[in-house]
Amino acid sequence: MLNTLTLKKALDKISKKELTAKQIVDDVKAEIEKKNGELNAYLTLNDNGTEIGNLEDTPLKGLPIAVKDNICTRDLRTTASSTVLDDFKPQYDATISAKLKNAGGYIVGKTNLDAWAHGSSTETSQYGRTLNPRNLEHLPGGSSGGSAAAVAADLCIAALGTETAGSIRQPSAWCGVVGLKPTYGRCSRYGVIAMASSTDSPGPIAKTVEDAAILLNAIAGHDPYDGTTTAEETPDFTSYLNQDIKGMKIGVIYTELEGLEDVSKILLDQVKVFEKLGATVETVKAMDPHHSIGVYTIVQRGEVSSNLGRFDGIRYGNDRSYFGHEAKNRIMLGTYTLSKGYADQYYNTAQKVRTLYIEDYKRLFEKYDVLISLTSPGFAKKIGASEGSAMFGELEDMLVEPSSIAGLPGISVPCYHDKETNLYLGMNIMAPMYREDLVIKVGDAYEKNSNWNSWRNK
Amino acid sequence: MKKDYHLVCGMEVHAELKTESKMFCGCKNDPFGAKEPNIHTCPVCLGMPGALPVANKKAIEWTIKLGLALNCKINLFSKFDRKNYYYPDLPKAYQISQYDLPFCYGGVLETSFGPVGITRIHLEEDTGKLLHKNVDGKDLSLIDFNRSSVPLIEIVTEPDIKSPEQAKEYAKNLRDIIRYLDIGDCDMEQGGMRLEANISLQEDGVEGLPSYKTEVKNINSFRFMEQAIKFEMERQAEILDANGIPPQETRGWDAKKGITFAQRTKEDAADYRYFPDPDLAPIHLTEEFINELKAELPELPVQICERWQKVFGVETRFSSLMFSLPSEAEWLEKLFVLAQNKNLDSNKLAGSMVNKKFSFSFNDEPEEILKKFAELGQTDEVKDDDLLEAIKKVIANNGDALAKYKAGQTQLLNFFFGQTMRELGKKVDAAQLRKLLETELSK
Repeated sequence: MLNTLTLKKALDKISKKELTAKQIVDDVKAEIEKKNGELNAYLTLNDNGTEIGNLEDTPLKGLPIAVKDNICTRDLRTTASSTVLDDFKPQYDATISAKLKNAGGYIVGKTNLDAWAHGSSTETSQYGRTLNPRNLEHLPGGSSGGSAAAVAADLCIAALGTETAGSIRQPSAWCGVVGLKPTYGRCSRYGVIAMASSTDSPGPIAKTVEDAAILLNAIAGHDPYDGTTTAEETPDFTSYLNQDIKGMKIGVIYTELEGLEDVSKILLDQVKVFEKLGATVETVKAMDPHHSIGVYTIVQRGEVSSNLGRFDGIRYGNDRSYFGHEAKNRIMLGTYTLSKGYADQYYNTAQKVRTLYIEDYKRLFEKYDVLISLTSPGFAKKIGASEGSAMFGELEDMLVEPSSIAGLPGISVPCYHDKETNLYLGMNIMAPMYREDLVIKVGDAYEKNSNWNSWRNK
Repeated sequence: MKKDYHLVCGMEVHAELKTESKMFCGCKNDPFGAKEPNIHTCPVCLGMPGALPVANKKAIEWTIKLGLALNCKINLFSKFDRKNYYYPDLPKAYQISQYDLPFCYGGVLETSFGPVGITRIHLEEDTGKLLHKNVDGKDLSLIDFNRSSVPLIEIVTEPDIKSPEQAKEYAKNLRDIIRYLDIGDCDMEQGGMRLEANISLQEDGVEGLPSYKTEVKNINSFRFMEQAIKFEMERQAEILDANGIPPQETRGWDAKKGITFAQRTKEDAADYRYFPDPDLAPIHLTEEFINELKAELPELPVQICERWQKVFGVETRFSSLMFSLPSEAEWLEKLFVLAQNKNLDSNKLAGSMVNKKFSFSFNDEPEEILKKFAELGQTDEVKDDDLLEAIKKVIANNGDALAKYKAGQTQLLNFFFGQTMRELGKKVDAAQLRKLLETELSK
C-alpha cells in the first residue's frame, strides 16, 4: 500500500533506494482502479507511463501527482468538468503543469471539479459529483473536490488545485487534508482555464504541511507568460518547517459570528496549542465577512461572463447549449452587472468594498503575524446539499472569501475529527501578501503538535 | 427650403504598430508578410483556454511617443480594459483595449486649414481576419489569426474638421508623422491604417454640435475619405432641407459606386461591457520615463522646416515636400550646411531639387548634388507662367522668324532664346527655356 505514503516519506524512501517511483505509481494506479468508480475523483487518467523514467535526481522523483482538470495539460484531455470541452486536448501545458513535469512530477490523472470551478461541492460538474472518501454520504467540497478527495483516499501522493475563493481550502477542510492557497501572483495562472482572473490562485493540496511546502516549491515563481505573477524571489518553502513559533502574535477572527457557536468553540480550544508553544493568541474583530459574498459574487460573475465568451461554438466542438445550469446562471448575472449603467453600481462598487477588506487586513496585520479562522462554517455537507441553493458555495466559503479577494496566502490544516461521522474541520491560517513562510511555519507547528492529521501516525 | 450648412466632423484612425512581436504575446508581428494563414499564432493570440496576455512594452512606448509628437498629455496611471463582443475573428470574445484611461489625451495636430484637436490615443489589439471563400464548391468563412493581437492604436479627434479637404490633410499628416516616428507603415491597402469619420451638418449661424451624427467606417484611402465626406454632406443636406434628421447610424463606403450605405443603426449598437482586464496589472508611468521618451523623439518635420527657414533660408513650401523619413532629413541638413559653407543659395538649391531640375537620390554624396546644382548656372527663378508669357510675346513680335523656323531653319531657336532672355531681363535656366520654346514654336 505504497499509495498511502506522504510525499516526504516517499521521497526519502526513493532517495534511500528502498523504493522506486514506479512501484508507488503502480500502487496508486491500482488504488484508483479500485476506488475511482465509486468516488469519481478522476475524470481522465494518464495512460502514458513513459514519463516515469530516470527522475531520481529531480525534486519530485517521478511521484504521482493529481492535477485539477481546469489546468491545461498538453495532449491530456482537459475539460474543466464541462462537456463544452468534452474532447479538448490542449496544445500546451499550463506553466504549473510544465513546472510540475520539470520537477519530476508524474501527472497521474485529471481530477473532477465543479464545472468551470463554479461551486463548492463538485455537484455542478457535468461528469457527476465526487464523493467524500471520509464518508461517502457527504460531499468533498469544491471546486477542487476531486483533488482533495484523491489526496484523502490515497489515490495520489499529492495534488494541485486552484482557488478563487475557498476552492483549495474548503475541500481540503472537508476531506481532512492540507490545502495551501498561495498569494495571488505567487503561482502562474497561465494555462489555468480562467474563472475569476483577479483571484485565481493555483496551489497544492497534500497530506501534510510539509508535503504542501515541497509541492509549492515545484510550482511557484515568476512566469513571463503571466504578467500578474510576482517578481519577488521564490524562497525554499520547506525551510520554514520545524520552526519555533515562540513570541508570534496570532489573531483569531470570525469566532463571534452567529450560527458558528459550536464550531467556534472547537477552534478556540484548538488555538490553545499555540499558547503552549509560546505564541500569544487573541480573538479580534475583523470586517464582517458577509460583505465578501456580495463582492465576490459581483466580481466573479462579471469576470466569468467575459472569460467564458470564447466558448462560442466556433472552435471547441460543442456549442453553448452544452453549458450547465450554473454556468449559464453566472454568465447571465455577470453580463447584467457589467452592462452599461450597471457597471458602476455593481462591479465598480464591489471593487471598492474589496479595497476595504484589503485595508482591514492591513490594519490587523500591523498587530498580528497571522490570522486564524475556521476554514468552513461546518463539516462536509451531505450529497445533494448544493442543489437548488444558488448561493451554496458563497456561504460555505464565506470565512475564506475575504482573504481570497484580498489576494492573501492561507493554509487549511485539519483541526478536528468527528469520530461518529469520520468528518473533519479545517483551521484557516492567513498571512500578509507573499508571506507563505508564516502560514507554513504556523501550520506545520500546529500539525506536529496536534493529533488530527490522519497520516501522522501511520 | 434650402439652407446653408457647415460640416462638423471628427475622425477615428486605427493604425497598426510595427513592433517585432504582437501586442500581448511573443508571436511575430507580420500579418502582411506571412506566407500562410495562421502561422504567427500561439495559445495567447488564438485565445486558447487558460492563455494570458502580457503587454508589449515597446508598443506602449511608441503610443506615448506619438502622443508626445501630437502635443498630448500622458496619463501616468493607465490600464487595459476588456471590450466584450462576439465575432468569429475575435477569439477571446473580447478585445483588450483602453476605456477611460487612454495613454494619451488632449493633443493637437496642425493642418493648413487650422488645428485639429486630438481627444485621445489608446492602444489595443487587432482582430483576426475573415476570408469568405469558395473551397471545393462550398462557400466557407475562414479565419486567419496572423493579425490577431497585432498592436493597434486608435487616434480620436475632436469635431474640429471643417471640410473634406481638411479631413484628407489631417489623415495624411497623421500618417506622415507615424511613418516619420518609424512606428508604423500605415499601409492603407493592406489595412495597416483604417479611417473612420463622424459626419454631421450644422446650420450656419447655429451654435453647438448637431443632434445627430453618422459614422462612415472602413475607408482605406485618403481620396475615398474626402469623397465619402462630400457624399455625406450632400446626402445629409437633402434630408435636413426636407426637415428631417439623418438617422444615427454606421455607414460603409462603396468605392465602386462612390456612395455611402447604411450598415448599422443605433438601436442595435453594442454594449461592450467594458471592465478593467484583470489579467493585466494597471500601468504606472513616471515623469522621468516620459521625459526619456521625449528626449528620444526626433525633431518633427514641421519643426525641422521652420528651423531650416531660419538657418538656411529654405522656404517651407520646398522643404515640406523634400523628405518623409528622419534619415532623409539628416541628409538634407548635411547638404544645406555644405551649401552654406560654400556661400551657395540653399533656397534656390531646394527649389531646383523640388522642381526636379536635376536628378538625385538620398544615397548621393552631398558634394555631387552641389556640383549638379552649379552646372545649372546661376539662374534666376522664373515661374513657368511668366516664362510662357514672355515666349508668346516674343513669338508674336517675330512672325517672320517664326515662319522661317517652321520652314526648317531650326537654328533660329537661338534667336528666340536670346529674345526671350532680353524680354525677361533675367537669367533663366537654359534647359527649361529651351524646352518650353520648342513646344511653343511647334504649335
